[in-house]
Amino acid sequence: MKKAFLMGNEAIAMGAIAAGVRLVAGYPGTPSTEVLETVAKHNDGSIYVEWSTNEKAGMETAAGAAYTGARTMVTMKQVGLNVASDPLMSLEYIGVKGGMVIMVADDPGPISSQTEQDTRHFAAFSKLPCFDPSSVQEAYDMIQDAFRLSEAYGTPVFFRPTTRVCHGYASIDVKEESEYEACDPEGFVKDTMRWVIFPRTSYLNHKKIEERNKKLSDVFSAYDRNLIESASPKKAIATHGISWTYTKEALAAAKKAGTGDMPSVLKVSTPFPFPEKLAVDFLRGKEEVLCIEELDPVIERALVYVCGKYHLDVKIRGKLTHDVNDAGENTCGSVLQDITAFMGWQIAPPATAADDETLPELPVRPPVLCAGCPHRASFYAVKQAMKGRKTIFCGDIGCYTLGNAAPLDMVDTCLCMGAGINMAQGVWHVEPDTTCFAFVGDSTFFASAMTGVVNAVYNEADMILVVLDNSTTAMTGHQPHPGTGHRMMELVPGYVKPDIANRVSIEKVLEGIGVKAIEIADPMDLASSVAAVRKLADMSGVRAIIFRLPCAVIIKPDQPFAVDQASCIGCRKCINSIGCPAITFEDGKAHIDSASCTGCSLCSQVCPVGAIKGAASDE
Amino acid sequence: MNNNIFLCGVGGQGTVLASKLIASAAMKKGIPVMSAETIGMAQKGGSVTSHLRLGDDLYCPMLGDGMADIIIGFEPAEAVRNLHYLKPDGCVIVSENPVKPVTSMLKDTGYDGTEMIAYLKRHIKHLTIVDCESACREIGSMKAMNMVLLGAALRSGAIDLSMDDIKTSMRERVKPQYVEMNERALDYTA
Repeated sequence: MKKAFLMGNEAIAMGAIAAGVRLVAGYPGTPSTEVLETVAKHNDGSIYVEWSTNEKAGMETAAGAAYTGARTMVTMKQVGLNVASDPLMSLEYIGVKGGMVIMVADDPGPISSQTEQDTRHFAAFSKLPCFDPSSVQEAYDMIQDAFRLSEAYGTPVFFRPTTRVCHGYASIDVKEESEYEACDPEGFVKDTMRWVIFPRTSYLNHKKIEERNKKLSDVFSAYDRNLIESASPKKAIATHGISWTYTKEALAAAKKAGTGDMPSVLKVSTPFPFPEKLAVDFLRGKEEVLCIEELDPVIERALVYVCGKYHLDVKIRGKLTHDVNDAGENTCGSVLQDITAFMGWQIAPPATAADDETLPELPVRPPVLCAGCPHRASFYAVKQAMKGRKTIFCGDIGCYTLGNAAPLDMVDTCLCMGAGINMAQGVWHVEPDTTCFAFVGDSTFFASAMTGVVNAVYNEADMILVVLDNSTTAMTGHQPHPGTGHRMMELVPGYVKPDIANRVSIEKVLEGIGVKAIEIADPMDLASSVAAVRKLADMSGVRAIIFRLPCAVIIKPDQPFAVDQASCIGCRKCINSIGCPAITFEDGKAHIDSASCTGCSLCSQVCPVGAIKGAASDE
Repeated sequence: MNNNIFLCGVGGQGTVLASKLIASAAMKKGIPVMSAETIGMAQKGGSVTSHLRLGDDLYCPMLGDGMADIIIGFEPAEAVRNLHYLKPDGCVIVSENPVKPVTSMLKDTGYDGTEMIAYLKRHIKHLTIVDCESACREIGSMKAMNMVLLGAALRSGAIDLSMDDIKTSMRERVKPQYVEMNERALDYTA
C-alpha cells in the first residue's frame, strides 16, 4: 500500500489496472473522460486502450475482448449509454467470460450534460449488477470488486459514479504494482450455443438471469459496502454515493450543534440487484425513513416495494413525497436542511460571511467560445452569407453548442449527438422554402452523423451540412478521433506508429456517400467563407461545407492584435458581431486583451474602419 | 480540526494548479486531503471553483455554506459570488482586476470590479487585495497570478501550511526554468 492523490476518475482507472484490465475502450464525455486517459498514461504496454468512434463501438469492442477471457472496461457518460444500449440489451443474455465493467458516469445537475438520466435504471432494465461508489477511495476499491464479481458470475457489471465522485480528489491508499492481479485470458473458445444469440437461448438465459439476480440480492445484502449505521430506533436515512458523504457531514454538524436524537443510516452501494434482506433488517421497527438520492428515487421505490412485500409499517419519504428535490444536485447544505426538517431539529442554517446585506449585482458569466475559436468565425460567415434569407440552423453537441449565445445566436436546435443533421431534413420536408443547415463537429461527425448524411442523400433531402473541423474532440479536453490519425496507444512507451497513419477523411466520406457539392473553407478568411456558403445556398440537394482550422487551444497562438485608439470610432461592431472574450471596451473604445488574443484576425475583418491591426501590419 | 480552503475565478486563470500545490504540500506532511474542481463546459470562460479540505474525518470534498476558512478569489465578482462558503470571521484574498464577461460587454453594464471590492471592504475584516496585473507585469508573466495570490494566502495564516512547504512542492511540480519566477511570485506580497 502507498498513498496517492488522485481524481476519482484516476482512481477508477488505477483500480482497473490493479484488477488486471487488458482492454479499455470508450468515447469521451464529461464527467467520464479521464478514466480512459489515465489508463493510457499508466499503460506499461499490456493494456490495449482506444477511443472508439462512439459508445456502441466501444461496448462491442470491450465485449468481444471479454469473450476471450480478458478483463475489459468500456467508459462513457450517461447519454453515451443510450447509444450503446443496443449491444447492452443483448449482451445481458449472452454474458462474458472475462470480467467486463461498463463504467458510466452520471451527471446530476446536470452540469455538463443534456439529461439527468439515472444509469441505475439502465442497470435494472438490462438486469445487470450495478456498483455506486461514494468517494475516491471507494471508487478505487470497488471497481476491483466489480471486476471480480463480473468474472465470477459471467456477466458484465455496471460501475456508476457521479460527477462529484469522478471529479473529486483525495489522498487515498493504493496498491503497489506487485499487488496487481494478473490477467491471463484463455482465448476465445468456439461455442455457438454460448456466443450466438437466438430466441431459444435468450429464453433459457432469461430464466438463469432471474435466478442469478435473486442470489446476487443476497450476496449484496452481505456486501460490506452496503452498510447500516444504527442510532435512532425509529427514524432513519437511506442514501447512496456522494449524498452519503453529505449525510455524514450533516450528521457531524448536527452533533456539534447539540441536537439530540441521531437517525440510523443505510448506505446502498449496489442499487441493483437491491440488497433486500439488508433492507428488511434496516426497516424493521422503524417508523420513518428519508431517502436522500440524486437523479431518480431508485432506493426510495425499492424500499416502498420491500415495505409492501414484507408488510412493514414504515413511512418512506424522499423525492416521491417532495421531501427531497426532484431535480438537480444535492449539496452539503440541502442535505443538512432535508435531514433537519425530517428529524424536527431546531438548528439554524450555518452562518456565513455573506449573511448581512444583499450582494451587489453580479455579472452573468456563462461559458463562451474561446478567443480565437474557429467556430466563432464559421458561425459568423454562415450568418453573414444567409442574412435576410429563411433559414434554420440545427446545432449539435460539442463546443459549438455555445454558438447559441448572443451575439452569434446561430443554434436554433440542439438535441443529442448527430441529431441536427436529421432534424434539418425533417424541417425541410415540411418547410421546403427554408434553407436547412446542420452544424456538426469533426468528432461528432464520425460518432453519429454519417448515417444522417446517407439518410439525406438517399431520401433526396435538401440541406447544407456544415462540418466544423477543428481537428480534435475539443469540449472534453482534446481527444483524438478517426479524422486526426492519432490514437491513444501513442501514449504507451515503445509504441511504433505505422508509416501511414489511418486518417479518415471527412470529404472522402462525404464524396463516397454521394454528396455532390463539397466546399472546404478556412474560417478565418471571412470573405471567401461567406462566398462559399452563398454558392452552396444557391444550389439544391445535399451540400456540405467543411470549415477546417485546428482548435485555438491546441495550436501556438499568433501575435495578438491591437486596436489603434485614434482610429477606433467606438461603434462596437466588433463585440456586437462576434462577441470575442478578448475584446473589452473602456472609455467608449475597443481594447484587445493581449494575454487572451490568439491573433486569429476575425475582429480586424469585421471592423468597418480598419482600426484593428495585427503585429505584421504595425510598421 | 479541518482546514477548508476555497479558490474561485474564471476558467483559464490557473486555480487548479494552485489547488494542486496546496494539496501536494499537505500530503507531504501526512495531512489527509480532499478537493473538488470544476471540469467541463464552465472551464471555457465561465465561473470556476476549487474546494479544498485538509485534515482528519473528511467525508465530502465539497464545502457547504460557512465552512471555508479562506477564499482565494482570482476575480472580484467571483469572490463575492462565493462568499456564502466563507465562515463569518473568515479571510479573503482577492485580485482587484476584473475579468469582464462578454455578456457585460454586449449590454455595456459597466462592470469593472470596483463595486465588488468596495463590498468586500465593507464586510470582510481579514481582507487582502492584490493588484495582480501590476504584480504579473513586474514578475514578467501573466501566468504568475496564481502564485502571487497563493503567497498572499499563506501569509494570512488561514492555511495550515508554511511558505517552505509550498515552495518545496512547487519546485517538484514546475519545470526548472519557471522555479525562480514562481518563487518571486510567491514572495511578491511579502
